[in-house]
Amino acid sequence: MTAARLRRLLTGSYLVLFFGYLFLPLGIMAAATFNSSRFPTVTPWMGFTLGWFQALWEDQRMWAALGTSLLVGAGVIALAVPLGLAAALLLDRLHNRARTFLYALMVSPLLTPGVIVGISTLVFWREWFGVSGGLFLTVVAQSSFIAAYAMLLFSARLERFDPVLEEAALDLGATHGQVFRRITLPYLMPAILSAALLAFLQSFENYNTTLFVRGLDTTLTVYIATKVRTGLTPAVNALSLVLIALTILGAVVYEILRRREARRQAGSAVALEAT
Amino acid sequence: MTEVLRRYGPVLTGVILLAVAVWLALLVVLPQLMMIGFSFRPSLPPSKIGGPEDVFTVRNYLTLWTNQIHLAIFLKTIWASALVTATTLAVCYPVAFYLAQVAPKRRLPLLILMLIVPFWINELLRTFSWYIILAFNGPLNALLLWLGIIDEPQRFLGGDGGVIVGMVYVYILFMVFPLYNAIESLDRNQIEAARDLGAGWLRIHRRIVLPHAKPGIAVGCIMTFMLAAGSYAVPALLGGPNSRWFTEIIYNWFFEGGNWNQGAAYAFILLVLCIGFILGAMRLFRVGLADIAK
Repeated sequence: MTAARLRRLLTGSYLVLFFGYLFLPLGIMAAATFNSSRFPTVTPWMGFTLGWFQALWEDQRMWAALGTSLLVGAGVIALAVPLGLAAALLLDRLHNRARTFLYALMVSPLLTPGVIVGISTLVFWREWFGVSGGLFLTVVAQSSFIAAYAMLLFSARLERFDPVLEEAALDLGATHGQVFRRITLPYLMPAILSAALLAFLQSFENYNTTLFVRGLDTTLTVYIATKVRTGLTPAVNALSLVLIALTILGAVVYEILRRREARRQAGSAVALEAT
Repeated sequence: MTEVLRRYGPVLTGVILLAVAVWLALLVVLPQLMMIGFSFRPSLPPSKIGGPEDVFTVRNYLTLWTNQIHLAIFLKTIWASALVTATTLAVCYPVAFYLAQVAPKRRLPLLILMLIVPFWINELLRTFSWYIILAFNGPLNALLLWLGIIDEPQRFLGGDGGVIVGMVYVYILFMVFPLYNAIESLDRNQIEAARDLGAGWLRIHRRIVLPHAKPGIAVGCIMTFMLAAGSYAVPALLGGPNSRWFTEIIYNWFFEGGNWNQGAAYAFILLVLCIGFILGAMRLFRVGLADIAK
């Protein structure tokens, strides 16, 4: 065997091991949903069942937690996406040190542990406004760092924006409001949709921050954690399986849209050069 | 600033500035300052707040030094997070290098998608999958028994080992993407040239790929360390009373001890630890903030 073939074999096995490592635990978790054991496991196999989906469907508290999560997610979209958009629009027109400083400040929540985001929000709002943990604080705390994700998405798109379009419209007598509504906003629409999707997913899966600011409200992720620690049944696996299926669907759709957009941009660049 | 005004007009500029001010002041900076200020005050009943006993104090910070258990947990959180970071780096580097430099172009989109999909799956669910694997009656014990490596089932859950294994799994993708992005921008010709000039693969990695990947390594390490040190979900699910994490101590100060000031001090210590790690990594890899926040 030549050295090159040996190296290819080693690389190949390493990749198989790595992707196996990524997916096998999820596969085991999914398989345990269909085992009719009272505790979620695959060993020993007690027989195939779909009963845990039924149990999940009848779990009223799960539905309540799902409702809370959807509500929080909607709130985060409504708050974090506009904040991120405003921040990106401002950064786009700044150049010097002010930009570097603001940028660092804006991404700092992404480098802060989630528990600290939750704690600082909890302390601040109680001390200044007398607001205690609940839906409102959950939305506020999550938005404080999710707005940074939105800002990064908008900034990336604005980087490729041709400001000459705005200049031309202004020269032709359009008002600033018209330029924003008719040119800037339509250009940013794909980024607004991705930012909303990303904001929702980030909010939906958040645990560390939510834990500190939730008060007596229970989001779905918090509910799952509680169930694992007290009263774990394969119904939790059924729920995980449903969520993973939805996530994979979302991730694939998001990727396809992103790649199509990237191709279209590349295509229009070529067309532009050809003219 | 004049350019902002010229571009967006007075009304829009006002709205933009207001939104940014609300975000940065009300949601980011003031809460942090408040938390820090709060940590330097004693925990008092409401009637005594603002009274003569409400003074500046570092007592909440001294608690960490005097409480041996908390100090041990704090130190464990540091070394365990560093271990998680080093492990993910070692595991991810070959994968990132393969994807960025070796993988055939037509196979790449699928491979990247296979990385993205688990990345999108809820952290808590990925942790939960290891709860099942590591359980007393779980598949890992069954496998090891069947292979004859152990004679009786082991308790993997509830110890530091399980927590660390779980963290490596949950945070590994935060390492692989920064590494991939950094190595991907390396011109393949540089590697070819080095090989033509007779450099072995070890030398190529040490002298060309690794120096080029420095910003990616820094970002990956910073994200992984921060997530591991600040993790609550993984130790809560996979750990037990004997393997508590520093975040769990903080949580207890807030919701079981009822001493928010003490909790705020511990939270600030955790924040300082993470900032220290960020600055250390930036120095070590000689990268700026602009390289990190990409």
